Amino acid sequence: MIKDRFGNLAYQLAALLLAFGVVSLILISVDASPSETYKNIFKGSFGEMRKFAEVLVAFVPLLLVTAGLLVTFSSGLWNIGVEGQVVLGAIATTWVYRLLLESGLPPGLIIALAILGGMVGGAIWAALAGILKVFGGVNEIFGGLGLNFVSTALTIYLIFGPWKRPGVASMSGTVPFPDEFSLPLLANLRISPWALVIAFVGIVVIYFLLQGTYFGLRLKAVGKNFRAAYLLGIPTWQYAMYSFLICGALAGAAGAVQVAAVYHRLIPSISSGYGYLGLMVAMLINYQALWAVPVALFFAALNIGSIQLPIVMKLDSSLSGVLQGVLVLFVLLAAGVRQKFGRKAQ
Amino acid sequence: MSQETILIGLAGVLASASPLIFAVIGETLSERAGVINLSMNGTILLAAMGGFAVAYTTDNIVLGFLGGMLIGALVALVVAFASITLQQSQVAVGFVLALTCRDLSYFLGNPYMGLPGPRLQALPIPVLSDIPVIGQLFFRHDVITYISFIAIFLAWLWIFRTRPGLMLQGIGEKPAAAYIRGANVNVMRYVYTIIGGALIGLAGPAFSLATRAGWMGTISGLDGFGWIALSITIFGGWNPVRGALGAYLFAFLQWLGLVLQPVLTQVPSQVLQVAPFPLMILTLLLVNIGNAEWVERTLAAMPESARKIFSKILRAMRTSPPAALGVPFERD
Repeated sequence: MIKDRFGNLAYQLAALLLAFGVVSLILISVDASPSETYKNIFKGSFGEMRKFAEVLVAFVPLLLVTAGLLVTFSSGLWNIGVEGQVVLGAIATTWVYRLLLESGLPPGLIIALAILGGMVGGAIWAALAGILKVFGGVNEIFGGLGLNFVSTALTIYLIFGPWKRPGVASMSGTVPFPDEFSLPLLANLRISPWALVIAFVGIVVIYFLLQGTYFGLRLKAVGKNFRAAYLLGIPTWQYAMYSFLICGALAGAAGAVQVAAVYHRLIPSISSGYGYLGLMVAMLINYQALWAVPVALFFAALNIGSIQLPIVMKLDSSLSGVLQGVLVLFVLLAAGVRQKFGRKAQ
Repeated sequence: MSQETILIGLAGVLASASPLIFAVIGETLSERAGVINLSMNGTILLAAMGGFAVAYTTDNIVLGFLGGMLIGALVALVVAFASITLQQSQVAVGFVLALTCRDLSYFLGNPYMGLPGPRLQALPIPVLSDIPVIGQLFFRHDVITYISFIAIFLAWLWIFRTRPGLMLQGIGEKPAAAYIRGANVNVMRYVYTIIGGALIGLAGPAFSLATRAGWMGTISGLDGFGWIALSITIFGGWNPVRGALGAYLFAFLQWLGLVLQPVLTQVPSQVLQVAPFPLMILTLLLVNIGNAEWVERTLAAMPESARKIFSKILRAMRTSPPAALGVPFERD
């Protein structure tokens, strides 16, 4: 067993090296120095406290989304619609704010209700993908993708239609709500400790749900073998729906945090692709909750660190996406090589 | 609106659907062989950027199209290697490639942003283009649109009317049976995935060198077409002709959104542009609902006469994927 772990680690290290090798070649092909680039990404993410706070701002939604996806992956579902579930979380949060801002309730209560609303919004959107899958026979990948497009359209409709700023509607989003209604931030930094707490509670709850409960065990049974689980008397479609709802609620929380702690309003690209990135993280950690925190932090650091690349090196910031993608690709390929050739060698 | 404007609009619909048609045919061939190429969204972007870059640098538009096809074939090769040889999840590998190729296209395409590049010119076909209505609709396009018309027909002919096409259906439906009949299942899957990938790649330059000429990075507006093409492939029931109809329907709805914009002023234009997407889900629901278990149970409980009508309607709409789609084949 220990030897097995070690072998696995060796393959993953090889994948990591190969990924950095390939990305370095890509950088050389555009006449950029790889070492310079990696140094700039590191400086741009961990170089100053202010930048590290930005990394944490990106880390929170990414960790929440990853936590949710661990549940749907456990039950064998490819919840690609998670991107739209983040968006609907943000929309629902904004909606609750709009309803309650003038209500005279204490701001703390309004914030809590708004975030709760976001979780419900995300869960409802996930339930739609679930209903399409369970009762409509539509594969969750295609249903989810379609719903992602609809969620984007809905955001833009709200920003330019019913929720438009007085005067001119614009891509800058809805009217920001007053500061006392947002999650409090650390002094001079953009990160809210409350957002970090929400994210950590999310991943810890999911870890124990999957590792330590009967519910988690049955969920995994459904994921491993749908038919066998059904024959054993597990209500399979209910469990599929539960996992959609849990994932949607966590994705919704990610969207809620984006509104309540980061942007203080609804903007067109409110999710910034965190849903899709969460899928990458979940694949990279091979669906093990324990690794979610470090890998999500690493991915968030790559995203933030590459923001300044266009200015300092005239490179497009999409490099972070290339690096993340190549890394996940090589880890997947390494797992395949190990399964196919590693066993034969033993 | 005058008849002239409508005809020009409809001819535009036929032309603007051509990239989608290549992508749908490519995906259809790949999935017919049993391999889902989920990388399509990224492949199309990378091929659009690469095709434009090649055509711009060499000043040769044909090389640009070939470059796009080569990129599509190479990405498909990765999908094939991971899923056929390494037997990894096709969905996982395809999804990762979809995101990676997209970001790679933005990263590598940065120097080509907004450059004035070559563009395919319209090539009206003599005599035929003078036929009223039909000439205007079908015979005043560029070469790539004509090729898209021909490709629909050829793909249909290949799959349903030739011996190798029959074998192709076999390796996607019952690979074990096809193997016994002498087909080298995994080699054939490689071949079809790569050919399909090349066609998907062709969709890229069909955008960047023809219908939406140029490379504009993230604002090119091409992000998302790959996912659309994927839904259309299912809507088309893995039949090139039905898939092409889906692509035309989609292009028509997008055009309609544009035309209706001045009439429906209270609806933001961005909403009309995405209006086809919910319709796409609805059609997916319609073609899939016949596969759901509760529908069968409800049908069984219906009186004889009603059941006949309903099951006939459902069967007409219903499509089912190739039985061995996404399932690795091992001979033993």
